[in-house]
Amino acid sequence: MTIAAVPARNLPKFGGFSPGMIRLELRRMVRNRRTVVFTLVMPAVFFLLFGTSGDYKTERVGGGNLTGYILVSMAVYGAMLATTSGGAMVSIERAAGWSRQLRLTPLRPAAYIAVKLVLAMIIGAVSVVVAFVVGSLSGAQLPASAWIGCGLLAWVCALVFAAFGLFMGYLLPSENVMQILGPVLAVLSFAGGLFVPVDQLGHTFATIAKFTPVYGVGEIARYPLTHDGNLWLAVLNVVVWTALFAAGAMWRFRRDTARV
Amino acid sequence: MTLTTTAQAATGTAAVDLDGVVKRFGAVTAVDGITLSIRPGEVVALLGPNGAGKTTTVDMLLGLSRPDQGRVTVYGRAPQEAVALGLVSAVMQTGGLLKDYTVEETVRLTAVLFGRPRTAVDEALRRAGLTDIGKRLVGKCSGGQQQRLRFAMALLPDPELLILDEPTTGMDVAGRHEFWTAIRDDAARGRTVIFATHYLEEADAYADRVVFVRRGRIVADGTAAEVKALAAGRTVRATLPGATETEMTGIAGVDRAEVRGDTVYLHGNDTDTIARHLLTRTPAKDLEITSRNLEDAFLALTADEETS
Repeated sequence: MTIAAVPARNLPKFGGFSPGMIRLELRRMVRNRRTVVFTLVMPAVFFLLFGTSGDYKTERVGGGNLTGYILVSMAVYGAMLATTSGGAMVSIERAAGWSRQLRLTPLRPAAYIAVKLVLAMIIGAVSVVVAFVVGSLSGAQLPASAWIGCGLLAWVCALVFAAFGLFMGYLLPSENVMQILGPVLAVLSFAGGLFVPVDQLGHTFATIAKFTPVYGVGEIARYPLTHDGNLWLAVLNVVVWTALFAAGAMWRFRRDTARV
Repeated sequence: MTLTTTAQAATGTAAVDLDGVVKRFGAVTAVDGITLSIRPGEVVALLGPNGAGKTTTVDMLLGLSRPDQGRVTVYGRAPQEAVALGLVSAVMQTGGLLKDYTVEETVRLTAVLFGRPRTAVDEALRRAGLTDIGKRLVGKCSGGQQQRLRFAMALLPDPELLILDEPTTGMDVAGRHEFWTAIRDDAARGRTVIFATHYLEEADAYADRVVFVRRGRIVADGTAAEVKALAAGRTVRATLPGATETEMTGIAGVDRAEVRGDTVYLHGNDTDTIARHLLTRTPAKDLEITSRNLEDAFLALTADEETS
């Protein structure tokens, strides 16, 4: 037996963040039927159920119709579900001991988080596109600028829920974290005026609504259509909640990866 | 596996160097001052009962936890760095797999993380005996298959040191055999292997060197042959009223003597000589000769003292 000198070894670039890993993770995500139903099918079905009745199609909102308005709200809801479940994947991976296994690889924890965020945003984008395709085929009318603007904003602002998903994923070490978060998101969507416009909620609720995390995303995403509402308040809402959720996720993440 | 120890000792850097390592969890001292050096190419068994500190030691070798005192280096580097460079990899006891990946995807992901080519994936699958079930979902694999998958993942960085923590726990006899066949084939190529186990047969059959751990300390450290010698002794029991331990220890061939009332227990390798002496030179009667086996050696070395 001969002992050769230990050959030189190198660390991977970008702490292990790579397209190869994203591809494999996407494939796994799509394999999970619950995720697909939750994030792609459900928002579209909700839209068809609640947004496509006859008078909605004729009632004008901004440069489009009410069906279009509801479509944007549902796209936000879908993007939110998608990014939350993308972020919340970490809870399943922690429960399975996968996070620990990854610590036996060169993958840096920050690169792992980056991969999760990219995945959350990819599936969020798909969710928005699916909702918009269904919407355009079912009578939703939006000006061209709103199709693009609303879609992009719904998607970008859903980043706040990717941070939320990560935070919850680290907080709740459960295999079924989405079974908890699904209803939570539904409640937040009502509270934030996504399912019912805030001004129909009554004065007290309308005031409270402005402080809930869904409110800002909804307002911003619909702005290209409605050109209405206080945009700066909405932006402030999104920024503050993103910062809060990201800080929470960082806090739990540091605890999780600390070497005791 | 043969080892020419002197030649390798001269090559310098130890594969593993633990120096006065202490690890506490609250009031419990899991590892209590372990100093151990392992040369490249050695196959070492960490043997000890549950709770002896084996897994804690392994965790520190992998950089998953930090010692409270002392120093751990792997190929001259901090464990975390050695892990990131792929110098050391491990097959852990449980967990660490995702059910909704296939076997092949799991290995491929590991390859991506270590920057290894696609061919390395096929090679690892082949060597772990998983080629036929590459498309199977991990959740549908048996315990033995999952363990071989962990092995395949551990092989991917082509590590200098492979650590196995209780690798065959929960496997049936056939699974255990297959697993060890794969490991043994691999070790024959000169990889350093450390495995923690509480199965004596595994330590005996597969290790060049056995390190007994009890209560966070090393209580014995020797080659497999020395372990066997340790277990080769036999005991002569006889009734001999009025015997003293000093007198009994004086008998040729007796390594250790115990006197309990009228009964004497004489331990040694050449029990025939001891028995002949007792029967011809003393009034001893009711002789019995029993062999100590690995189990007894293990118990003697690793059992907690009843008096403590």
